Amino acid sequence: MDSSSVPEEPEPRRYGRRLFLVTVAGGISSLYWGKAAWDHVSGAISPVADAVAPILPTGGWRIYTISGHMPVFDPATWRLKIGGLVEQPISLTYDELRTLPRAEQVSNFHCVTGWSVDNVHWGGVRIADVLARARPQATGHALRFVSMEVPYVDYLTLPQASLPDVMLAYEMDGRPLPREHGAPVRLIIPDMYGYKSVKWLQRIDVVPRAVDGYWENLGYDRDAWIGGSKAIPKNEWPQPFQKERTA
Amino acid sequence: MKAGYVPRFSRVERLLHWVNAVGFFFLLGTGLILYLPRLSMLVSRRQLIQSIHFWGGVGWLGALAAVVLLGGRRLLATARELDSFDGDDLRWLRGRGSPQGRFNAGQKINAILTAAFAVLFGVSGLLLWFGEEDTRYRFASTVILHDGLMYVSLVLVVGHLYLTLIHPATRHSLRGMTLGNVRGDWATRHHAKWRPE
Repeated sequence: MDSSSVPEEPEPRRYGRRLFLVTVAGGISSLYWGKAAWDHVSGAISPVADAVAPILPTGGWRIYTISGHMPVFDPATWRLKIGGLVEQPISLTYDELRTLPRAEQVSNFHCVTGWSVDNVHWGGVRIADVLARARPQATGHALRFVSMEVPYVDYLTLPQASLPDVMLAYEMDGRPLPREHGAPVRLIIPDMYGYKSVKWLQRIDVVPRAVDGYWENLGYDRDAWIGGSKAIPKNEWPQPFQKERTA
Repeated sequence: MKAGYVPRFSRVERLLHWVNAVGFFFLLGTGLILYLPRLSMLVSRRQLIQSIHFWGGVGWLGALAAVVLLGGRRLLATARELDSFDGDDLRWLRGRGSPQGRFNAGQKINAILTAAFAVLFGVSGLLLWFGEEDTRYRFASTVILHDGLMYVSLVLVVGHLYLTLIHPATRHSLRGMTLGNVRGDWATRHHAKWRPE
């Protein structure tokens, strides 16, 4: 047979470097499009996520702490103290906190680092019901939330704290709040990124104004509205605290 | 070397592989403590584990870079092998069982993705670390990239371990990556185009 009739094998191609560069470029560019793409496909791949869940049971959560040790809740000694600009400073035991009017809600939790957990079932109390007994003074315009995890502290203005879905949660998904999620009670403000939802609460102070908390001192937004800045117009300020303060 | 055996991986190639493997599993272990709530609570020392994970990652990438510099021309030749895909490689990837060189096409892709992922793990890890202290380094998708790399890497590693530890036809390859040599008849059967030195 004539050798010219044998099909010529093409030269080897440098596909390896192309694959390397495309992978690295795709990965780095995903810093800009990854979140949007993930939000788009996460519903479609939920069966895969469910299948992986028994092997990597994250429940979607990442546990962040700022100190060496995660605080431990001792029902015998733990108290939630309400102080600052109030007529009557109070100290609530865990059982006393649970006797206050109970509130429940299902809300989404968003972390500023990009992950979210949807449809979390919270049980707890509204801040207005906790503050009612302490009677905030008219000069108080914000709340300081102090964690057992020193030096974690953060602030909300009273209008922010009295949004209808802001709560002090002591239950999560039908069970007492787990230690890693801030037991025995944590703040929940679904419209803001999670670093505002202070865990392991031990004290709430009524203060003249909101200032920078732990993460804000590291450059994060004081008003951590999800999706960007969102001011609450004065004529839309929630009213419960106003009522308490003028009562 | 025992009679009937041929050298497959040089010392520096094996060193690069094992530095990468040890580093990967160390970072996987410390990363899972940060990632899985149950493990986070069990260990309860996030700041410490986070520092160990970060500096472990820096050490891992530094060690890989040192081995690459140490390997010099030898590893450059290996990189050229991994870079080159001929018609048999493309046919092999389509499942047509064409003869393969020292690396089959699947091994080439695995090695290339592993190298690219090391770069991306490093970039996203640095951004996560500095992003906690300075918002200029914070991107909403950094954690998605870092986690996504972990998941894809896990799939690759599980497949890799299956082929090197369990699958009867391929598990002999582990000897090549530990002792450096493999049986000549095995090499002929699985890497027919490879002409050992």
